[in-house]
Amino acid sequence: MSSDDFGPIPSDALLRGLTQRRLTRRDILRAAGVGGGALAASSFLAACGVSGGKAEKSQGTTFWTGKKQAGSAVFANWPLYMDVKGKSDHPSLDRFTKQTGINVKYKEVVQEMPSFYGKIQPVLSAGQSTGYDIIVMTNGVYLDKLLEANYLVPLDQSKMPNFNKYAGPAIKNPSYDPGNKYTMAWQSGITGIGWNPKYVKEPIHSYQDLFNPKYKGKIGMFADNADLPNLALQGIGVDCEKSTPPDWQKAADKLKAQRPLVRQYYEQNYIGPLSKGDIWISMAWSGDIFIANSGNPDLDLQFVVPDEGGLIWTDNVCIPIHVAHPVDAMTLMDYYYDPKPAAMLTEYINYITPVPACKEVILQDAANATKKSDKDYLQGLAKSPLVFPTSDMVSKVHNYRVLNADEEKQWNAIFEPIYQG
Amino acid sequence: MTTAVLTPPSEAIAPKRRPRRRAWGRRVLPVYTALVIGYLCLPIFVMILFGFNDTKGKFNFTWQGFTLTWYRNLFAIDGLTEALKNSLTIAVLATVLAVMFGTTLGLAIGRYRFRGKGAVDLVLFAQIATPEIVLGASLLSLFISTGVPRGYITILVAHVMFCIPFVAVTVQARVVGLDRSLEEAAFDLGATPIVTFRKVTLPLIMPAVMAGALLSFALSIDDFVTTTFNSGQTTTFPLWVYGASRIGVPPQVNVMGTLIFVVGVGLAVATALGNRRTLRSST
Amino acid sequence: MRSLRARLTPYWLALPGGLWLVVFFVVPMFFMASLSLQTGDPVNGFSQTFHWSTYSDTINLYEKQFVRSVIYATIVTLLLLVISYPMAYWIAFRGGRYKSTVLFLVLLPFFVSFVIRTLSWQFILADNGFILQPLKNAHLLPQDFHVLATSFAVICGLAYNFLPFMVLPLYVSLERIDHRLVEAAHDLYAGRFEAFRRVVWPLSLPGVFAGVLITFVPVASDYVNASILGGTHTTMIGNVIQTLYLTNNDYPAAAALSFTLMGSLLIGIFAYARALGTQDVMQTAA
Repeated sequence: MSSDDFGPIPSDALLRGLTQRRLTRRDILRAAGVGGGALAASSFLAACGVSGGKAEKSQGTTFWTGKKQAGSAVFANWPLYMDVKGKSDHPSLDRFTKQTGINVKYKEVVQEMPSFYGKIQPVLSAGQSTGYDIIVMTNGVYLDKLLEANYLVPLDQSKMPNFNKYAGPAIKNPSYDPGNKYTMAWQSGITGIGWNPKYVKEPIHSYQDLFNPKYKGKIGMFADNADLPNLALQGIGVDCEKSTPPDWQKAADKLKAQRPLVRQYYEQNYIGPLSKGDIWISMAWSGDIFIANSGNPDLDLQFVVPDEGGLIWTDNVCIPIHVAHPVDAMTLMDYYYDPKPAAMLTEYINYITPVPACKEVILQDAANATKKSDKDYLQGLAKSPLVFPTSDMVSKVHNYRVLNADEEKQWNAIFEPIYQG
Repeated sequence: MTTAVLTPPSEAIAPKRRPRRRAWGRRVLPVYTALVIGYLCLPIFVMILFGFNDTKGKFNFTWQGFTLTWYRNLFAIDGLTEALKNSLTIAVLATVLAVMFGTTLGLAIGRYRFRGKGAVDLVLFAQIATPEIVLGASLLSLFISTGVPRGYITILVAHVMFCIPFVAVTVQARVVGLDRSLEEAAFDLGATPIVTFRKVTLPLIMPAVMAGALLSFALSIDDFVTTTFNSGQTTTFPLWVYGASRIGVPPQVNVMGTLIFVVGVGLAVATALGNRRTLRSST
Repeated sequence: MRSLRARLTPYWLALPGGLWLVVFFVVPMFFMASLSLQTGDPVNGFSQTFHWSTYSDTINLYEKQFVRSVIYATIVTLLLLVISYPMAYWIAFRGGRYKSTVLFLVLLPFFVSFVIRTLSWQFILADNGFILQPLKNAHLLPQDFHVLATSFAVICGLAYNFLPFMVLPLYVSLERIDHRLVEAAHDLYAGRFEAFRRVVWPLSLPGVFAGVLITFVPVASDYVNASILGGTHTTMIGNVIQTLYLTNNDYPAAAALSFTLMGSLLIGIFAYARALGTQDVMQTAA
């Protein structure tokens, strides 16, 4: 077969042109139609969708008139934040139901603040109920946003006898909620510096120790916009609660300079690497250090509140608006300020309790304990400064800087690039 | 497509050519596959191991001794057990639905040309291209503005939604170029379309359907981001574990993971034994 | 002359799945598109302002992470293709009775929660763990060598977590290849490699295409691996979108960035389909 038989063989380019689709007028019209339709649909739907918006500020006096106890409450909390004993559910909740007759539906649905807030914010802004009577919010930007948008119910100050009697001074009247109008502390933790003495032989007491080039590649920092920036502000000698944007820039510059020394910016899982020696020194939460040490006799991680100041963060119980059973919620919230249930919680959770008086209860439980291991554990718990901080520690810790919506944008823009590299 | 071939007479008699190379080739690939499977299972072995760890605290990553406590107290943590139940049931239901919808969709786009096929292809590709966080958040917006309460059903809906494209694309890859002469033969023999589908088409695309089912199940049981947004008050296993990892993952989680794995291995062995008895051609 | 019923068949087939996707994917996507052009914040509310500059702003701000994600995704996809193909080939061609069993075994590790798997990897790859420590003791590795907190660890994690996405479509496509075609090639004096190159590989291309598609995209938008296994220079675009959405609650920026990501991936897919030589970019012809 030769080209003479069938005429000239077309070149490749011509073949391609002949056989492949070209953009026809129909295609263009179709594309334009889809694009135009999409734009039209979008603007129509712009009216729908979920927007934000502040709610009406409820007045404490008017909100509570006429509200009655209903007999049940839905409590949304973090996992592992409620005592569990053996096969029984939650002894402290059972005790509550026996005392008051209120049934509690306990749901461990809070995995982390950002996603939990991302879930409830659209619901609240649409004027609907979250389905929860009590939620647990860590102080920080999310709690600030809820407060600013008036999404929390003001507490019934007449129904807080236990709180008024037993609440520790560290968590009463915090800067993020003056007068405890909307929140009560559930558990607290201190952010400071943790280190592994197996690798770090020098005494650690200052924030500057995190910048020691000797630990290059073995330093851990947090990847968040709460602990990381606030501790850095303390580190440059500024009270983080009163800091201003120029201070933020200074602190951010210092953190930027630290970047080559840092191994990783951890979201939560720093305690594993710290225990194993992947990092030697890190920003740390008091409770993690205690729990890691108590679970492993070979481990002796150390914790210190830096000289320049540490941070105290608090997970708070509060009531979202459009709530179904507020009176039951109040009763439950105040119940946990009685030393006995507070002790039950601390014995399991190991973070800092808002009720210093429960220390006595724990020592009592230690005395009554039959097994030696239980005795040792409870006594260690009562004596640990990580669970019952000394007044010296308490004097050195600060709350996070409270931010409104505009400040938050600035704050994030300054600090996020540090750990988002 | 015929496979008629003219073989030179001398070669037609010799059935086994190059025996040495074939035998060598026969061993390399299965060993390689076994190695890959072993590598895949490495973290699983770690997980199984630490299900026996006698850890006193809440953190479970240094070995401290062997114990069966966690097996005995497997259901001690109530929220965890419920979360696991939810995950398993949702995964099964989502797989069934996604396979049903995805298979028919895959057949449609793999085989037919119809108006709107381009749009369907685009939607499928677009969905696979969408980051999960956008899928989850946009679905949440939809549910809120239409007043649908978030919970078990919305999780199920979301899971079916993101599994369908995976099934469809997998089935389509199989259906494209599938020889239709078998189906035409069935028609010629008087079979109705439904019977043809059941007895001819379905067995032919079954590997793709099974593959899609497996993928859907794995996607659903492990989904975190989309589920987080649309779960309301319901918790699933990955959600619970992720939340607990902030404070400490209890060994019961390892035990549950181990049990899931063991059940899976058991199923695999059962199907292998079952296959031994039935005669099935591989083409 | 196809009957009306026959002509309607594809519509009936596509209807259930298509409807589900339209309601639960397409409609929410329109919401998101509209949201990406709004301004505001959750406290004071959002309003539609057709703020197109959100798109350009986010692209400029996060260009580094964008490029990084694409690079990681390319490496991971190629790596997975190389790893998975021989395995899929063996299962499809020589698996015999045990095909589905072995396939199931390959997928089994992925039924266990990814958090557990990734934490286990943290343990396995620990600086002084049971793999690295002996190597360090034998002086095969420097004392301060570490795998975690590097891009290497992130790539390994990604490759590990997305393996089934590549294996399954490859297997499905390889499995339907008629073995007699390969035999025919052998009969026509083709060597084993040539038979593969000219018969098996081209016929498996739809599977390769599908596998690359459903692997590349989720890998590029992943954020879990970078956050658990990564270090200070491994942030991916998925991490950024997550932070924008959840931490900053800057929903418009997050939506804009997501659409940018989707758009660029789709363009890449079209270009790739063209390169493979398909006539209609939307169709994966054999």
